[in-house]
Amino acid sequence: MEFIDYYKVLGIPKTASEKEIKAAYRKLARKYHPDLNPDNQEAERKFKQINEANEVLSDPEKRKKYDKYGKDWEHGEEFEKARQQQRQQSQRSSQGQRFSEQDYSDFFESMFGGGRGWSTSGGAGSMPKFKGQDFHAELHLDLKDVYKTHKQVLTVNGDNIRLTIPAGVENGQVIKIKGKGGKGRNGGPNGDLYITFIINNQTSFMREGSNLYADVDLDLYTAVLGGEITVDTFDGKVKLKVAPETPNGTKVRLKGKGFPVYKQADTFGDLFITYHIQMPTRLSDKEKALFKELQKLR
Amino acid sequence: MDKHLIAISTICTHYEIEFSFIDALHHNGLVQVEKVDQETFLHPDELGDLEKMIRLHRELNLNIEGIDVVFNLLEKEKALRQELLLLKNKLKRYEAPE
Repeated sequence: MEFIDYYKVLGIPKTASEKEIKAAYRKLARKYHPDLNPDNQEAERKFKQINEANEVLSDPEKRKKYDKYGKDWEHGEEFEKARQQQRQQSQRSSQGQRFSEQDYSDFFESMFGGGRGWSTSGGAGSMPKFKGQDFHAELHLDLKDVYKTHKQVLTVNGDNIRLTIPAGVENGQVIKIKGKGGKGRNGGPNGDLYITFIINNQTSFMREGSNLYADVDLDLYTAVLGGEITVDTFDGKVKLKVAPETPNGTKVRLKGKGFPVYKQADTFGDLFITYHIQMPTRLSDKEKALFKELQKLR
Repeated sequence: MDKHLIAISTICTHYEIEFSFIDALHHNGLVQVEKVDQETFLHPDELGDLEKMIRLHRELNLNIEGIDVVFNLLEKEKALRQELLLLKNKLKRYEAPE
């Protein structure tokens, strides 16, 4: 267990007045508030820390105890007495901050007992309400799995959660499932479940949002004379006309043959095909002669 | 009437907030309410945002205008994060080993 310098956390001197503590707390709370820093665990950790510091330093009794025993929390009978006394006092506290007891540092728990808890309703009822813990999970899927909307059952802490995974979900995208985190206490709301999608692409297509990119080999003769080829799209093959004298590296857009657009039913991105012209190799004598003839014509 | 609508009176009791707060949010276009037979209701889809607004108001002392600014900036930030994610995924393609 590590000593936490609450003055340092709030960036104030030990001589700071109540007003200065309040001002420092408000400034940092505005910076690290979880609602202003979505999906930022570092900000959440900081926010808990500054709340803890504020809870101790803004309460004259706690501050006095902290100043007296803070650094020596692990020694001395006096501290133990103070701790016992504080534990009894903390039973009757009702109004407090936003996080649950388990969110307090070991140092805080050791010195002051449990936290005071925060009610989502913000009221000052007799029993503080605690929001349950947020859960974070990763879901690994293949690219072809997210081509169509599908349902999947996840087991989180023994609970089966039916999840509808919308087509077109992006790699690294996070979705929040409200109320599927840890259970709230004393009537507080449940925490939320955050799922990060990890999409593995084992196909020959490259994906960029809802657009797909693919390279297609084109033989020299079709490139020069034009013709018809069959190319793979994500959901099957399509026939494609190749214009005569198609240069190497030509890009062709197949409208609506890309990936589904997230949460937009029946809307697809485009498929971009890049032609790579294949030069003929191991030419026969006759072929060489014919190419020479062509060369003379140019 | 949509049976899933939540009465504002229920919300006010549950979150211990004044009706005037929700009314002010509504008049500033931050939440949409529906009036049915003299009772005002909120659509459940708006509840998450409303909870966030209550927290911002209580914990950071933000007024309605401040909440509006924060929500606009959060929307922009969300769009930027989405764009960043797309660009990161795009960059990965070029950084991936042969």
